[in-house]
Amino acid sequence: MTSLRTRLLLILIASTSAIWLCGFAWIYVDARQETQHLLDRRLMEAARMVLSLSAPGTPANDPNLPVVVNSSGPIAGASYEHILTCQVWSFDGRLVGRSGNAPTSKLTEESEGFSERPVDGEIYRVFSAEDPIKRVRVLVGDNLEQRQRFVRDLVRSLLIPAAFILPMLAILIWISVKQGLEPLQHATRSLSARDAENLTPLDVGRSPSEIRPLIYALNGLFGKVVAAREHERSFVAYAAHEMRTPLAGLKTQVQIAAQATVPEMRANALSQALKGVDRTSRLVQQLLAMSRLDASPPRIQDQWINLAAAFHDVTASMSRDLLPERVTIAASARNHSISIDREMFDLAARNLVENALQLTPPDGTVRLSVTQEGQEAKICIEDDGPGIPSGEEELVLQRFFRGRHKSASGSGLGLAIVTTALDRAGAKLRLCRPGGGHGLRAEIIVSSNRLRLDDAA
Amino acid sequence: MRILVVEDDPILLDGLTTGLSLHGMAADGVDTCEDAYSALATTTFSAIVLDLMLPDGSGIAVLRHLRLRNDATPVLLLTARDAVEDRVKGLDEGADDYLGKPFDLEEVAARLRALERRAQGRASPKLSFQGLVLDPGSLEVTLDDKAVHLSRREFGVLRALMLRPGIVCSRSQLEDQLYGWQEEVGSNAVEVHIHNLRAKIGPRYIQTLRGLGYRIRTETP
Repeated sequence: MTSLRTRLLLILIASTSAIWLCGFAWIYVDARQETQHLLDRRLMEAARMVLSLSAPGTPANDPNLPVVVNSSGPIAGASYEHILTCQVWSFDGRLVGRSGNAPTSKLTEESEGFSERPVDGEIYRVFSAEDPIKRVRVLVGDNLEQRQRFVRDLVRSLLIPAAFILPMLAILIWISVKQGLEPLQHATRSLSARDAENLTPLDVGRSPSEIRPLIYALNGLFGKVVAAREHERSFVAYAAHEMRTPLAGLKTQVQIAAQATVPEMRANALSQALKGVDRTSRLVQQLLAMSRLDASPPRIQDQWINLAAAFHDVTASMSRDLLPERVTIAASARNHSISIDREMFDLAARNLVENALQLTPPDGTVRLSVTQEGQEAKICIEDDGPGIPSGEEELVLQRFFRGRHKSASGSGLGLAIVTTALDRAGAKLRLCRPGGGHGLRAEIIVSSNRLRLDDAA
Repeated sequence: MRILVVEDDPILLDGLTTGLSLHGMAADGVDTCEDAYSALATTTFSAIVLDLMLPDGSGIAVLRHLRLRNDATPVLLLTARDAVEDRVKGLDEGADDYLGKPFDLEEVAARLRALERRAQGRASPKLSFQGLVLDPGSLEVTLDDKAVHLSRREFGVLRALMLRPGIVCSRSQLEDQLYGWQEEVGSNAVEVHIHNLRAKIGPRYIQTLRGLGYRIRTETP
C-alpha cells in the first residue's frame, strides 16, 4: 500500500468499525439477557396473579371452556399483541380456563418453574405455578419467536442511527487524516515543484517533529551534492586555467621565436617554450593522477618496502634536470622498511622529492631520514628551499595553489596529490620548518608498528 | 609606451614582456598583487595587463586598488576564466578590455595600443605632424610619404614626443617610456637617440629645451 493517506484511512475505518461491531454485539447480548429476565418476571407475575384470581377447584367440564384470563385486546405496538398465553389446570388434569390465544393441549408438564417446549409447532417459554389449597395449576407462556423479534427490533432501532453516524464518521476521519497529513503534503509539494538544479535547503519552519529528521537528512544530502558539484566545477575551472595559462605562454614564446630579430631572443624563447611543454606534460600527468585518485579509491595493499630502495626508485626515474643526485639518504632510511601500499607511497614520495628538488638551490641538498617518536614513525624529506611563507601553510595543500615561492614547472597539484595518496594509504602529511630555520621538512607519518628495522644486510 | 604585466606564470610573463618589447613597448613584469602595488606606486604606466588569478589574491583586487585611487590607467584583463559573467564582472570593476587565454601576442599589442589611443582621446591610430606620420601598429614612420627607418628606441622617443606636440618631455620621462626596470640605461642614451632621430628626420621637428627636456616644435622658427 503506497499511499499513507489510504493506509491511515483504512486502518482508522477498520478499527472504528470493529469497535462499533463489538459494541453492537455487547448491546445485543446484554439486551437479550435483560429482556429475557424482564419477560420471565412478567410471566411469573402473570402466573401468580392468575393463580390468586382463579376459583378453588371449580370443576369445568364444559368443553367450551370459559375464558378466565383474556389478555387479548389491542395494545400499543400491534406486533406484540397476544404475547402471553395462559392456561389454568386443576390438579386432576382438567383444563379449568385459558386465554383466547392459548392452545388446548398442556403447555408444559412441569409443575413448578420455567420450562421450554414446542406446542403446535411453536416454542413456548412457560412458567407454572400451583396452589395446593385451590388445587389448581396456572401455566403462563410466552412465544419465544416473539421474544426474539422484540430483541431484534430493539437492536434494529440502534442500528438505524448508526447507519447514519458511520458514514459521517468516515467523512470526519477522511478530513482529519487529510488535515493531519498536510505538513507532509506541503513538503512533498515543495519538493516536487523544484527542478533538479535547485539544491537549496528545504524550509524546516513549521514542519512537525516526525518529518523533521527526514527534512534534515534531505538538506544534508543537498549540501553534500552541492559541495561535490562545487568541487567538481572548481576542479574543472582550475584545471582549465592551469592548462590555458601554459598554453598561452607556449603560444607567446613560439610567436616571439618566429618574430625574433636577434638569435639570443629566439634561443631564449625556444628554451622557455620547451620548459612550457615540460610543465604542461607534467600538469597533464598530475591531473590524470589526481582524477584517478578521485574517481576510484584504488585497492590498498600494504607490503614491506625498504625506504632507501623505494626512494632510490623514485629518484632514478626523475628528470636529470632536477639534479636528483642532490638527494642524500640517511642510514636510518637505509635499514628501515615500512608497511604501506606501494603505489600510493611512490606517488606521495615522488611528489615530495620533486617539490624539494625544485625548490632547493643547485648547491643545496635534499635529505631523507627516518625517526621514531612514541607511537609515530616519521619519514622526513628536508630541503634547502625557501620554505613555506607564513600565511600559506594551509593553502599549499589545496589543489592548484601555487604560492609565492613556486617553481617554474609546478602545477599546484603536487601536495594535494600527496595528501590524497597518503590519506588512502592510511598515513598523514605534516609540513614544518626544520631545526635550522630555513627550508621545509615534509613528514610522512605512520603508526610505529608499520615501521621495522631490517636485518643488517 | 610603458606597460605593466601582472602574471604569475613565469613562462607567460617572460613571453609577454619580451613579446611586447618586440612591438615597441617597454614592459615590466610582476607576479604577485603585492609587487603590482609597489610597481604602481613608483612608476606611471601607459597600460596594465592583468591576470585574474594571482598567488596572493585576485587581479580584481589590484583593479579595485587602482580605481579607488582614481587612477584611470587602462587595464587589459587576461584570464583563463572567460565565462560571460567573469568578463562582465571584470569590466564592471573598472577593466577596459578583456582577453581570454590563450591569446595572440599581436592581439594583446593591438588592444594595448587601442586602449592607449582611447585613453588619450585620439581618433586616428596614426600620429601625424607636419608631414611626419608615425604608425604605432606597424612601427613605421614616413616623412613626406617617404619611409624612414628608425630603431626601436628611436621610434619610442619620437612616439612619446608626438603624442602631445609642443609639450615638453623630460629626459627621465622619456627613459621611463623606453626602458623597463631590468634594462640598463646609459647616462646619455636619450641624447644619443635624439641625435640619431634628428639625423634621420631632419633637425626641424625636435626642439631641445636646456635643463627641461625635449618637445616637438610647434611654432614656426
